Amino acid sequence: MELLWLAVSTIVIGVFGCVAWFWGSNWLLDRIYPPRGAKAGDNIRRAGQIRPWLFLGPAILFLSMYLVYPVLDSFWRSLFNSNGSSFVGLDNYIWLMGDAKFRESMVNNMMWLLVVPALSTVFGLIAAQLTDRIKWGNIGKSLIFMPMAISFVGAGVIWKFIYEYRASGETQIGLLNWIVTQFGGEPQIWLTLPVWNNLLLMIVLVWIQTGFAMVILSAALRGIPEETIEAAILDGASPLQVFFKIKVPQIMGTIAVVWTTITIVVLKVFDIVFVMTNGQWGTQVLANLMYDWMFRGTPDYGRGSAIAIVLMILVTPIMVWNIYNARKEVR
Amino acid sequence: MADLKLRHVAKSYGDVQVLRDIDLDITSGEFIVFVGPSGCGKSTLLRMIAGLEQISDGELQIGGRVMNDIPPSQRGIAMVFQSYALYPHMTVRDNMAFALKIAGQSKEQITAATDRAGKMLQLTPYLDRLPKALSGGQRQRVAIGRAIVRDPQVYLFDEPLSNLDAALRVATRIEIAQLKASMPDRTMIYVTHDQTEAMTLADRIVVLAGGGIAQIGAPLELYERPSTEFVAQFIGSPAMNLLPGRVKTVGATTLVALDGGLEAEVAIPTRAGDQDMPVNLGVRPEDMRVTEGTPVFESTVDLTEALGEVTLLYFGTNADTVPIIAKLPGIHPDLKGRRVRLTADPHALHLFHKGQSLLYRDGPPPAYQARTAAPSGSMGSTPTAPDERGGDRIEEGLIKPVGPVR
Repeated sequence: MELLWLAVSTIVIGVFGCVAWFWGSNWLLDRIYPPRGAKAGDNIRRAGQIRPWLFLGPAILFLSMYLVYPVLDSFWRSLFNSNGSSFVGLDNYIWLMGDAKFRESMVNNMMWLLVVPALSTVFGLIAAQLTDRIKWGNIGKSLIFMPMAISFVGAGVIWKFIYEYRASGETQIGLLNWIVTQFGGEPQIWLTLPVWNNLLLMIVLVWIQTGFAMVILSAALRGIPEETIEAAILDGASPLQVFFKIKVPQIMGTIAVVWTTITIVVLKVFDIVFVMTNGQWGTQVLANLMYDWMFRGTPDYGRGSAIAIVLMILVTPIMVWNIYNARKEVR
Repeated sequence: MADLKLRHVAKSYGDVQVLRDIDLDITSGEFIVFVGPSGCGKSTLLRMIAGLEQISDGELQIGGRVMNDIPPSQRGIAMVFQSYALYPHMTVRDNMAFALKIAGQSKEQITAATDRAGKMLQLTPYLDRLPKALSGGQRQRVAIGRAIVRDPQVYLFDEPLSNLDAALRVATRIEIAQLKASMPDRTMIYVTHDQTEAMTLADRIVVLAGGGIAQIGAPLELYERPSTEFVAQFIGSPAMNLLPGRVKTVGATTLVALDGGLEAEVAIPTRAGDQDMPVNLGVRPEDMRVTEGTPVFESTVDLTEALGEVTLLYFGTNADTVPIIAKLPGIHPDLKGRRVRLTADPHALHLFHKGQSLLYRDGPPPAYQARTAAPSGSMGSTPTAPDERGGDRIEEGLIKPVGPVR
């Protein structure tokens, strides 16, 4: 009950606090520089210079508090030892370079990076094109989009069941092993098979992200002027040629945005690995490794922070490129 | 040689029939224009010829071959779209080369063809640009170039000038006319709602209305001998005036008693049984002139529009009926509110009964010959010396324009 009151009062204070701030500060500004009287022109100009800061102020403040400060603090912590008691310089980073688990995570992240965005975008594009002009296309789209609504943890649990193992002879409750045994194969402990288990984890994210790619690309495909397609048909292009030479090039910008957006999701992948293997059997990734060092066993804030900084450095350029592409799309 | 034949062609979407029973013969090398009000199916007909729309019923032949189920690219046609439909990710040269690349032509052939088309359309400096770096007129030229490189037997134009501004439209129209002149054996089919384009470009105009062909003919034939009230009012601007009345005297020329008491003599023959038949007298605004004698129409000017070279007089703008419009050459500043009497040459008048022209009721009239002294409308089959034309309307009339008549 107390929690409920806390939640409700937080919402009320938050929402009305915002309204009060924007309305009140604006009112105050108009009192200080009234837009009338002898200096009305000057006052309006001055108020116009201050007003944007009033509106942006809270956002800038909170973003700095919850984004900029943690980044700087993380970097600062990464220069200290495990409990932050002594300055160690770049030792944590040097240790990272030599650490086997870190290398494994880097390699795995690279694999995720290559496989997941590519497969998601390709499947999304195929799904978008195929569902575009058929009657039950919208139902198909809804089905493909639905995994988007499931949390990564939930998806991890669902797929863990699909990969579930029971010893040979017992009833297989895992879908994959059931299929394998139906065809006369031996049931496998899928999540422990090196390299394959990585791919199996990736499939979960592909399953989730395909819906996202499909929705965005479907909108882009519909935005292609119909006449250019008709002109290509008149020019003798086959359906495949129309798709690859006329449609895909025209939505290249959108494809880039989808690709990079998924890439960023992939770099941060944590929940799926955490739930399904917790980084064992050669499936470790950077985000999970960071979590391990930061919060598991005896926490090592220095090493955990160093991994976090590496992760951020990897994401940043892709993010910049993504925003650049998205802006180009808008134009 | 690519003659086009359409036999009983029809198009329906589900239960809705948009085109029915279209019969049309187009000879190789003709410039045909489809006109009609919006929604009359003119673009649909063009797209059926192109193969972008399925033909619901009937037969389409190009060069003697039935084309109903032949894919668009094998029909020997090329199409220019209203929105240009350029491939935005390809340079001008690649846009023009696309069809040839698909057809598997060699690099040398493609370069030669695109160079030639670029030269023809003054696009050489722009060959390596993307469409977005071109102006509207240049884009439409690229679209035309894309058609030219394929060297089709039949060119299809779907309102190609509608997206251009007025000045560019005139310039591009002339370019299309020159293009046609440079390829006399190529057939061109052109859809437009713009009368000027239809009148200036066409060898023959096909007027479409209500899902069928209203009339086919040379531009001036449609202007001077429209077969229906619809065509009469559709061709010519402002539209032809229709004055209701009854046939009073029949014979080689007909006397019509108009509602309101006036009479008009019309150089169209009527038969004995036509006595007292209700008719609409058609008179074009530009055929009306001021007279002191017996008028065909008399009323007070409600409104004038001075266009410089002509002045438009509006009568009956307040009434529920369509206003009557007269077009007088020159500038007439003081006519508003004055009562004027207007007449027209008997040969310039039209008679319609139930929407159909009386000229056409015994089948098509004898082969059409344009009046030699158009557009004054003062002559019928008897040509008159040029100095008489038009002059009578101005000099003889009571109302004289201010300043010279251009």
